[in-house]
Amino acid sequence: MNPRRVGADFVVFTKGYLRNPIGLFFSLIFPIILIGLFGLIFSVSGSSTVTVYTENLDHHSATSVAFLAALNQTGAVKIQVVGPVTNESFASWLAQQGYPVGLIIPAGLESSFTNHTPVNVTVFTDPQDAQSSGITLGAVEGVANGFNLKAVGGTPVLGATNQNVGSQVLKYIDYLVPGLIGFSILTSPMFSMVEISSTYRKDHLFRQLSLTPLTKGEWLASKIAWYIVLTFVSAVIMIVFGVVVFGSHVGFTLGLIPFLALGPFFFVSLGMLAGSVARTPEIAAVVGNIITFPMMFLSGTFFPVSGFSPFLQNIAHALPLYYVIDGMNQVMLFHNNTRALFDIGIVAIGGALTFIAAIAAFRWREE
Amino acid sequence: MADAITVQGLTKRYGTLAAVDGIDFTVPEGKVFAFLGPNGAGKTTTVEVLEGLRRQTSGEVRVLGLDPWAQGTELHKIIGVIPQEFRFFEKITPREAILYYATLFNVKVDTERLLEKVALSDKANARFDTLSGGQKQKLGLALALVPAPQICFLDEPTTGLDPQARRGIWEVIRDLRREGKTVFLTTHYLEEAELLADLVAIIHQGKIIASGTPAEIIRKFGRPERLVVEGPASLGEYLKRLVQRPVTISDGRIEIHMRDKADALMVLKTIEDSGIPWKGFATVSDTLEDVFVGLVGRMDEGVVAAGAKA
Ligand SMILES: Nc1ncnc2c1ncn2[C@@H]1O[C@H](COP(=O)(O)OP(=O)(O)O)[C@@H](O)[C@H]1O
Ligand SMILES: [Mg+2]
Repeated sequence: MNPRRVGADFVVFTKGYLRNPIGLFFSLIFPIILIGLFGLIFSVSGSSTVTVYTENLDHHSATSVAFLAALNQTGAVKIQVVGPVTNESFASWLAQQGYPVGLIIPAGLESSFTNHTPVNVTVFTDPQDAQSSGITLGAVEGVANGFNLKAVGGTPVLGATNQNVGSQVLKYIDYLVPGLIGFSILTSPMFSMVEISSTYRKDHLFRQLSLTPLTKGEWLASKIAWYIVLTFVSAVIMIVFGVVVFGSHVGFTLGLIPFLALGPFFFVSLGMLAGSVARTPEIAAVVGNIITFPMMFLSGTFFPVSGFSPFLQNIAHALPLYYVIDGMNQVMLFHNNTRALFDIGIVAIGGALTFIAAIAAFRWREE
Repeated sequence: MADAITVQGLTKRYGTLAAVDGIDFTVPEGKVFAFLGPNGAGKTTTVEVLEGLRRQTSGEVRVLGLDPWAQGTELHKIIGVIPQEFRFFEKITPREAILYYATLFNVKVDTERLLEKVALSDKANARFDTLSGGQKQKLGLALALVPAPQICFLDEPTTGLDPQARRGIWEVIRDLRREGKTVFLTTHYLEEAELLADLVAIIHQGKIIASGTPAEIIRKFGRPERLVVEGPASLGEYLKRLVQRPVTISDGRIEIHMRDKADALMVLKTIEDSGIPWKGFATVSDTLEDVFVGLVGRMDEGVVAAGAKA
């Protein structure tokens, strides 16, 4: 492996790639389309926060403000304070406006709280919208529990309660970001390499390269290097887009780097292997699709694997992309580095074996 | 002089088809060798075996002392190859391509001079997919020259090019010869072989049917020189009766085969004595093309025994 030759091939391949507007469009715009589309689909279908219209009759007090702030912080509900309703009851006002949930903070909340006198906040719910009701009741109870504990000096529990209520909703969009990064780690190299292996064969470019000192390993290494660069760029785009547009809570962590590097290493090699074992471009495309499509849906890209049936979970665990996505979830969401290390180990070993197999399978020359 | 290329009993089969069927030849160093044959004769197959791109079914092949298939990596550092229909990365310019090759081969190249040499300077920054067929071929030539090869293999480098582009390529081949390089050229253009080659081998249906210098081949396989006069068919019939030489008559054109000067004088005197009006006489001799067409034609009729040599 000669780095000078890998570098020269990288430069030429990159130039060719960047000068092709269609390829460039797909590698940069596609991640945005993906996350925009899926973010939108899943935030509409019930995973958005519930807006709670609130009358705060104790609005001068720090306690009532803190209570509402804590509710907002759960991420499950969004407090929308409204002025006191005077000419009708709050319940009928809510019904008239078509709002399924509401909340009244009673006057004197703060004094009761400091004096340890029992006091109730009132949650209005619409029995026909069980979901919003459940989320709101859960959030209010959770926060109230926190305040009760705080009142008796049990502060740490407040934080824990807070996260419990919130994580239900946080999960989906936050979970979607690593899933879709995994999706593009899989699809972009797989489809490109199958395509490249066909066109290079058709145009006799492999034969042309075999007449130079460039080796097959060097050639494949430079493709891997380029797809790593592309993966980093699209991962950053997706993370930023997720945060800015959908308010996801994941950021770029250092633990992500091994996955963004070894993921493309694996799938560039796998794409080349698929393109090489097939005799014709048509067969290569079929082989590529057979490998790619199940992995695309069963590895935890759009839906968490933990929600699958045991049978499907077993299949997922046999798919290399599962370990890429699981690892990214571990480092981005759960901060479980031991599990992430296990995942990256699998990706690294699998990648190395696939790389070696791809080099053995693809031919510069014809017998 | 040492031989740059030696080939003995080379055979290449595709399934049951013997694309190359037991051929032998040698190419001395510093010569331009033209491998001449119609489409499908086995030229590309042979040249690809010599370049180490294809493995022969049987036979011995040495290029600069190396076995092309087994020692391809070494061989490729000292040979230059322009494949039939050269293709390259579509979005890359000739200048970038030359730089790429120079880095791969780890050699210093004067890019501007090389571009000038193949007359591609004006397209130095144009993307490959915008180049014409001739310009693409010239880039192929330039890239083949990057490692300063000892032998250049050119597989039909001028097929499909306009006359000017062809002359440009011929000029480069002449330059290579002047620099003392060995050139292995395949072509189905007779005049190209006649114009450029020191040595020619004619291949047909996988077999070499003639080889040697162009003059040798013409002498061996060409018809004798002919005297041509214009006159009526009756003159032709008259000559057929009186001269002991083969005569062909067509469209007021009479051809008489001759062995020497005496034949010519005798024939002319006979014509003059006939009293039949005639005009304009000339002598014609076979070109390589006539020989080629004759040989291939007769071969297709199964007349010429395979493997005849000059
Ligand atoms: N890869 C191949 N598989 C099967 N037959 C081939 C292959 N390449 C060439 N041939 C056949 O071998 C014969 C010689 O081809 P080729 O060497 O390309 O001839 P030329 O270059 O003189 O036109 C032709 O009949 C051609 O159809
Ligand atoms: Mg050919």
